[in-house]
Amino acid sequence: MGVILKAENISKQYRLGLVGTGTIKHDLNRFWHQIRGKEDPYSKVGAVNDRSTKAKEEYVWALRDINFEVEQGEVLGIIGKNGAGKSTLLKILSRVTGPTTGSIKTKGRIASLLEVGTGFHPELTGRENIYLNGAILGMTKAEIAAKEDEIINFSGCAMYIDTPVKRYSSGMRVRLGFAVAAFLEPDILVVDEVLAVGDVEFQKKAIGKMQDISKGEGRTVLFVSHNMASVKSLCTRAIVLENGTSIFEGTAEESVSYYLNSSYQLSTTPLMERHDRKGNGKLFINDIYVETFEGVKVAELTSGEAYNIKMEFMMTEKVNPKHLVLVTQFKNENDELLTTIATDEIGVSFRAIDMPKRGMFNIEIPKLQFREGKYTMTYMVSEKQSLKSPHLIIDFLQDAFSINVIRGDYWNSGVLNRPKGFIQEATIFLSKN
Amino acid sequence: MKSNTNNDWLYEITPHKKLITLNLKEIWRYRDLLILFVKRDIVTVYKQTILGPLWYFIQPLFTSVIFTLVFNNVAGVSTGAVPSFLFNLAGITAWNYFKACFTGTSNIFRGNAGIFGKVYFPRAIMPLSITISNLFKFGIQLLIFIGFYGYFLFMGKQVAPNTYILLMPVYIIMMALMGLGLGMTISAVTTKYRDLTVLVGFATSLLMYISAVPFPLSKAVEKLPEYSWAFIYNPITQIIEGFRYITLDYGTFTWGGFLYALFFSIGIFLIGLIIFNRTEKNFIDTV
Repeated sequence: MGVILKAENISKQYRLGLVGTGTIKHDLNRFWHQIRGKEDPYSKVGAVNDRSTKAKEEYVWALRDINFEVEQGEVLGIIGKNGAGKSTLLKILSRVTGPTTGSIKTKGRIASLLEVGTGFHPELTGRENIYLNGAILGMTKAEIAAKEDEIINFSGCAMYIDTPVKRYSSGMRVRLGFAVAAFLEPDILVVDEVLAVGDVEFQKKAIGKMQDISKGEGRTVLFVSHNMASVKSLCTRAIVLENGTSIFEGTAEESVSYYLNSSYQLSTTPLMERHDRKGNGKLFINDIYVETFEGVKVAELTSGEAYNIKMEFMMTEKVNPKHLVLVTQFKNENDELLTTIATDEIGVSFRAIDMPKRGMFNIEIPKLQFREGKYTMTYMVSEKQSLKSPHLIIDFLQDAFSINVIRGDYWNSGVLNRPKGFIQEATIFLSKN
Repeated sequence: MKSNTNNDWLYEITPHKKLITLNLKEIWRYRDLLILFVKRDIVTVYKQTILGPLWYFIQPLFTSVIFTLVFNNVAGVSTGAVPSFLFNLAGITAWNYFKACFTGTSNIFRGNAGIFGKVYFPRAIMPLSITISNLFKFGIQLLIFIGFYGYFLFMGKQVAPNTYILLMPVYIIMMALMGLGLGMTISAVTTKYRDLTVLVGFATSLLMYISAVPFPLSKAVEKLPEYSWAFIYNPITQIIEGFRYITLDYGTFTWGGFLYALFFSIGIFLIGLIIFNRTEKNFIDTV
């Protein structure tokens, strides 16, 4: 087993703002430096890729000095938050765009799957498009012809295969596109996980196929994903990107827990220091904490106990309390949504709030149903004029708060409940058969 | 596998650009894609039409009829012993091939940003496929031309090609190179600055007149002596006039003009190729 792909000091710079008459000055200056054999004058400037801060410079580094190696047969995961540079890295790997500095050396052919059904022509039939799409992805006509039947079967579109693709439903198009891609056989496959689309049945099929590709056939795969569970199950190794730099590299298990911990840390920074809020800010939450029913602040919660989650807010502009909606969502360590509590669903309406005042939302939890683990809470405060009108976001913050739950005796049975997930209320009894 | 000595690598992705990198080996590897693109371009034009490929005949015929009516009958431009209709058909056939290559390639980057942004394949495949599929259309139009040629011969008109007809393939290559070169340049420049897209639309129709398509070069020189340089030094005029000369034995031909057009086409093509190569790597960031 040797190194099949090696990335050295990959950086990518983008220009912020619009392309217009202003950019031609920079282009000419760059050209002038280039013909004199000097370095690009703009390669030293550029801000760190942090979306939420206001840009002060004209250039941004979407990626900065990324280094990694991929061994033959390895499945490398690339994880990171939105805007961390994952897609840019994929684009460079698949040669859609070039790096600003650095190089990638490879010993095999790379095929990339950033989208399914690229280049489908609506006027051509499904069969014609299989050939066209396959060729675009780098297959030869003979290779496609050999797999044509398999592709058609996998797509489940046999009936429509000689009908123009413009008559297809969007789901059928995706199926056909994925089917072609699934039978690609490059040395190195670069995949974006958003590909697993379509209905539930097809998603299963698609993920299963990805698993076959990465596990069974010993192919080298670079896999970008938001879904920590699938990174853990598919990848052997993973790198974590943040703001365009690689901050961690290790086994899939290690990387995932590093990544989740870093987002956990975010949720423990004081709320007032968070700058990634969305909404009009008429009202904003300035503190969240948990108290027992007796009014004692706690940092660690026990399954089965009673708590109040207190959300303190400041109101800067009058909001009609009758229109106010509070939605909170809880996610587990794998970033999977566990539950949603929404006041408009429950039918809660709030009392009038005096201006300009502080106030408090109180979420009463009579019996905590989370098992042991770390959970993060996302909230959204919004205004809704009537039942059917859309939510006007006032204050929205992802991963605003995190809670640490330890094992408890939910059922009062003397047995501590097992870790992870949600406790389901159920009655179990034996019946005669 | 051996350790990582540099010459082991199959290829390398770097920001460095060579002046001309026409990777023929890679294009050969993607030849099936080239064929499929050509097929797509030809087939999809007449899908869901009743007349189908007949449309390839109708456009040049109608244009020739209109040109004959306007320029030869109304404006009284003389085309000597050659039937005006055949004269116009020759000019339009040649012009159409140049124009199709030019307008087709001039929109490559913007028109295909969707595909180019998702998948890598040698970008040169696109202009190549456009040139080849248009060559096919040119072939059809040439057939019509030959058909009418035969008709006029049968009617006893004095038309005959001359020995220079052997230069026909060179003329076809010149048209293609000229169209490709200009088109690739425009397409590369417009990825960042859109100004030229506005130009292409009306410039091609104006260019047709400066290229002496609907009238003989001699007439233009005679009627507009102070602007005759605009016609004579326009390499496309040389191609159109030359194409008519070799097929109809009517007009002017000089070896100087021929070589001028030939070198000009090759030069334009090389410039286009260089600019295209420089752009293809990063255009997706600015398009």
